[in-house]
Amino acid sequence: MPYEYPKFEYRRSPDQDTVDPVRHPVVIIGAGPVGLALAIDLALKQVPVVLLEALDTISVGSRAICFAKRTLEVCERLGLGGRLLEKGVTWKKGKVFFGEDEVYEFDLLPEDGHQFPAFINLQQYYIELYAIERAQELKEFIDLRWCSELQGINYGENGVHLTVGTPDGTYQLDCDWLIAADGARSFCRKTLGLEFEGRTFDDQFLIADIKTKVEMPPVRHFWFAPTFTDADSALLHMQPDDVWRLDFQIGPKADAVKEMQIEKVMSRVRGMLGDEIEPDLEWISVYRFQSRCIRNFRHGRVIFSGDAAHQVSPFGARGANSGIQDAENLAWKLQLVLKELAPESLLDSYNSERIYAAEENIRHSTQSTDFIAPKGAVSLAYRNAVLSLAKQYKFARPLINSGRLSTPTVHLESTLNTADIDSWLGQLSPGAPAADAPLQTPKGECWLLSQLKGDFTLLYFTDGAVPEDVEAELRRLSENAVLVKPLVIGLNSESQGVSLFDLLGLAALRYDARNGTTYLLRPDQHISARWKRFAKDAVRKALKRATCN
Amino acid sequence: MQLNLEPKIEDPDGFYNQLICLHDGLSEEESLELQSRMILLLTNHIGDSEVLSEVMRIAREPFEK
Repeated sequence: MPYEYPKFEYRRSPDQDTVDPVRHPVVIIGAGPVGLALAIDLALKQVPVVLLEALDTISVGSRAICFAKRTLEVCERLGLGGRLLEKGVTWKKGKVFFGEDEVYEFDLLPEDGHQFPAFINLQQYYIELYAIERAQELKEFIDLRWCSELQGINYGENGVHLTVGTPDGTYQLDCDWLIAADGARSFCRKTLGLEFEGRTFDDQFLIADIKTKVEMPPVRHFWFAPTFTDADSALLHMQPDDVWRLDFQIGPKADAVKEMQIEKVMSRVRGMLGDEIEPDLEWISVYRFQSRCIRNFRHGRVIFSGDAAHQVSPFGARGANSGIQDAENLAWKLQLVLKELAPESLLDSYNSERIYAAEENIRHSTQSTDFIAPKGAVSLAYRNAVLSLAKQYKFARPLINSGRLSTPTVHLESTLNTADIDSWLGQLSPGAPAADAPLQTPKGECWLLSQLKGDFTLLYFTDGAVPEDVEAELRRLSENAVLVKPLVIGLNSESQGVSLFDLLGLAALRYDARNGTTYLLRPDQHISARWKRFAKDAVRKALKRATCN
Repeated sequence: MQLNLEPKIEDPDGFYNQLICLHDGLSEEESLELQSRMILLLTNHIGDSEVLSEVMRIAREPFEK
């Protein structure tokens, strides 16, 4: 049975019956994964949000299906991680084929000691449904209005004036900040007349989500020049509920209408999975894709996020994953600006950090596309040379690009970072998301990232008792206007006055930590600054820098 | 590392002949793939990105106006 889409009822808002438009601090347009993630994050920070959605249901078709480790970590903080992990198909391995030959197999996260896997596959409608249910739990702060279509934007220095269409007619609404999370065909973007810059690719792709029982491990399969169907490439992903995502590259000239005929689709499906397959077709779509973004994500009081701001090819799963990172980047900055604890210029760092991220994602997805769909004889010759060498000679394997799968952007150049003065080992750096690690408590195990709950955090490692001056400063910071929560980790079981221990030494390894090592972490869990020894002036200075104060 | 532009190939005529004969019986498409395989093998052996950039620059020289 195909998935049944829930219907959400339109309810008349009291805002529709006022003479003067009601003013809200934040209005978000679009209840997709990005808009919902942002709304939940803001609600957890006790910022009231109006979320407008034009439709009365969730994403039709599974659309985004690959959710990366970082997205799961963000969703865990939002209270969704467990449900996503439970429902999703966990995978980390991928096989690459060239014609009939298996060329090689990759493993995305060979390292243990992380709460979340490299990836789960889960239909977008599930992530949206769970997020809507979470938003309903937070309804004190989230006013989610269905069948509410944005029809006009008028923005000035002091606020944004909106016209909203509903089944009861239109009404007016004012807000301090308008967040456009209204997807690739963003009304907000069109209304502001913002042009995308980037590339559109000619190749067409056919997506078929089918429901059938197939005995196969949850491994991503990618075929270059498959022999079982007339497509230039093909991709297979497992989803929950016996749903499979099949993706065929059918070339620039294919006739989309013919390609979507059931018999034609079925012949491709059977070519891939076997003649005996009798699947239900859940969703069929033919698409072309773009790699492009708008030049500025912030236009005064209108801020763009997700597909409304940037689009990538699907290879690499960098669309929804980067959109959710936009949301986590924006939420805390918006909160501090609304509470007047930071100047508006903090929002410009959202712009610069997330444009940097979008450019990184566009670069990766464009490079993948150039490998998967080579333009011209020379590109094709190189691509085939790489693939034909890779089976036997491992030097060629890193050159294979069937999609560089989403990893979180390290905001290396961010002005919010404080540069290292000490030298460090390991993968972390200012601008990078904090690393997870298992910790021990008197009650059992927990995860390091689950201790970072959406405020600034001062992470302090100790091998004995926490020195009095450090403790006093931790206390003072936890009462600071911009709240900084202390998180003290004992490096061994002798550490005193501590309730979290790194007995396996994985946190110490990943953070290159010894006695006195201190990290200042942002509310979005990215590293703002770090020191080998605690120094309160340095911490205060780094905090100011991270908040543009 | 610097790109070595001094003559280094032993038996130049023999090598040149070997290079041409390598393509015997191949279509243009196959030849192109063979050359790509060779370039990838050599490239990996060299590894040094500065040297490789210099190789690419010189290779493209006549086409830059």
